[in-house]
Amino acid sequence: MSLPAIVAQSGGFVRDRAGESSCVADNGFCPSWIVDNIDRYWDPLLEHVVLVVVSVSLGFTIALALGLVAHRQRWLVTPLTGLTSAIYTIPSPAMFLLLLPLSGRGNLTAVIALTAYTQVIIFRNVVNGLAGVPADIVDAATGTGMTAGQRLFRVEVPLALPEILAGLRIAAATTVGLAALAFLAGAGGLGSQLSTASLIIFKSNVVVAGGLVTLLAALLDLLVLGLQRRLTPWERAVAA
Amino acid sequence: MQDPANRSTAEPLEFRAATKRYPGSAEPAVNALSLEVPAGEICVLVGPSGCGKTTAMRMVNRMIEITEGDILLGGRSVRDRKPEELRRSIGYVIQQIGLFPHRTIADNVATVPKLVGWDKKRISARVDELLELVGLDPHVMRSRYPAQLSGGQRQRVGVARALAIDPPVMLMDEPFGAIDPINRERLQNEFLRLQAELRKTIVFVTHDIDEAIKMGDRIAVMQVGGKLEQYAPPAELLMAPATEFVEDFVGADRALKRLALQRVRDIDLWTVATCRTGEPTAEVRQRVESADLDIALLVDGEDRPVGWLSERALLGERVRDELRSRADPIVELDDILRDALSDLLAKESMYGPVVDAEGRVVGVLSIQVISHAVGSAPTAVPGPTELVEAAPAQDEHQ
Repeated sequence: MSLPAIVAQSGGFVRDRAGESSCVADNGFCPSWIVDNIDRYWDPLLEHVVLVVVSVSLGFTIALALGLVAHRQRWLVTPLTGLTSAIYTIPSPAMFLLLLPLSGRGNLTAVIALTAYTQVIIFRNVVNGLAGVPADIVDAATGTGMTAGQRLFRVEVPLALPEILAGLRIAAATTVGLAALAFLAGAGGLGSQLSTASLIIFKSNVVVAGGLVTLLAALLDLLVLGLQRRLTPWERAVAA
Repeated sequence: MQDPANRSTAEPLEFRAATKRYPGSAEPAVNALSLEVPAGEICVLVGPSGCGKTTAMRMVNRMIEITEGDILLGGRSVRDRKPEELRRSIGYVIQQIGLFPHRTIADNVATVPKLVGWDKKRISARVDELLELVGLDPHVMRSRYPAQLSGGQRQRVGVARALAIDPPVMLMDEPFGAIDPINRERLQNEFLRLQAELRKTIVFVTHDIDEAIKMGDRIAVMQVGGKLEQYAPPAELLMAPATEFVEDFVGADRALKRLALQRVRDIDLWTVATCRTGEPTAEVRQRVESADLDIALLVDGEDRPVGWLSERALLGERVRDELRSRADPIVELDDILRDALSDLLAKESMYGPVVDAEGRVVGVLSIQVISHAVGSAPTAVPGPTELVEAAPAQDEHQ
């Protein structure tokens, strides 16, 4: 199928607003087309952001809670690691299909799937981070008379924070990528722009939608990194 | 330090056949340990690895639960108290110190006051007071993180944290073990000076017999299998080891070690005839007759030693300024016996004049005097806090 034929079929998606039909027709990288058509990406971008932020926040909360419980009940670590890893291996289209009878098509299915995918990374980092707190510091915390809860929230969690937040960063970046397939569950997002019919081959579109996904991932990463620097001032305290 | 009226008084500690058995091991880790630590004294638990000394210490604040027997703190069983509450009332210092790296020095020191709910103003004042007490400048240290401190400074912060709510009892597990030898000696001395003021009941764990002798009012020597071999003050331990194990453990040089426990002022010195130039020789000869040492010591106008007189100095009517040798070494009453002996040996001298704080001659210390002191029963042996030399606390660079 030739590109002009696609243009004709697409119901005006690739209409030539500025009259530079030659670039579009040649499937080129057309800055002026991008400038003219950028407005059609705002809604999918917003959907994408909402999907990612909701899923990662939810996923972080659940995985942190599971990690804290597993830290106290060590026997839970192996089964929970296995379970979360198993979930991670399910391809997302299959996951959407599996969820279809439960939650139907739409945002809910996408959020459930994306949330489930964050578990393996965050859970593992929470458990490893807590286990990595030096034994003498835990001993001193107990010896000064902290209860198990005080020790966990005043000493162990703060010291595990760099590793926990490192997990959050990876989870956020992964989720931004995975959310590009959320349109398969009928949840929109930037992926819907990338794969409207066969427009995937249209270079300018790929550059804009793909670029926005990458930009979003980078932005979220910086955001969490900034949060981590604020929350762990002692990490930067150098020997005087 | 705080108002003495406010200060919690030290409490006596008693192990009553305290035993720790771990499931699956035939030998107990601590085997029916019974000993009493009087209030305000340092009890050192010493022994080889695996002798259960740390386990015994950790049973006091229930970091390890007692299997059989009991431990009484101020007459009350530690088992009758909630572990967290008990631990807050017992200072805890470990070898790795275990400062919280994510908290500033002020927050580290404030750990227990915060747990027991002091108000901010009181905590802040107490933190400053404690940092000064351990020789750290609060203005410089408060806002630093542990990673920004030297090993010695961290150790002091660890002690300050343990003292925060002025607990009557402290547990110290090899507190100076990770410090280099020079700073260790300094920190030991500083701690003994602090203890002279605070008078806490302290359980101190170490594997180093020299540290035990230096720090302990009483020493409990433990043997593998958690068995107590001997519990005695350092001098008694060195003079009369109860078992072959203790004898081996204290070392073949135990007589020399005893020298570290006494000061020159604690033993009977030789008398000596002192004289000044121009004195009638007849009187001097008479004084030499009745003194322990058969030569006369020339002193200056303020009774400070100048040198040993030669025979010729006493030949005429008046004492002449003719010396056999200079008065060297000069020993001070406050010198540790071991250091005084070392001075004598270094100068190849059999004896040296002893002077008081003003530098006036009060007697003579000789090798014979020292060997007699080592051989005699340990009567007037001072405690460790009296043996540490008075020196300014602020002696490490910050």
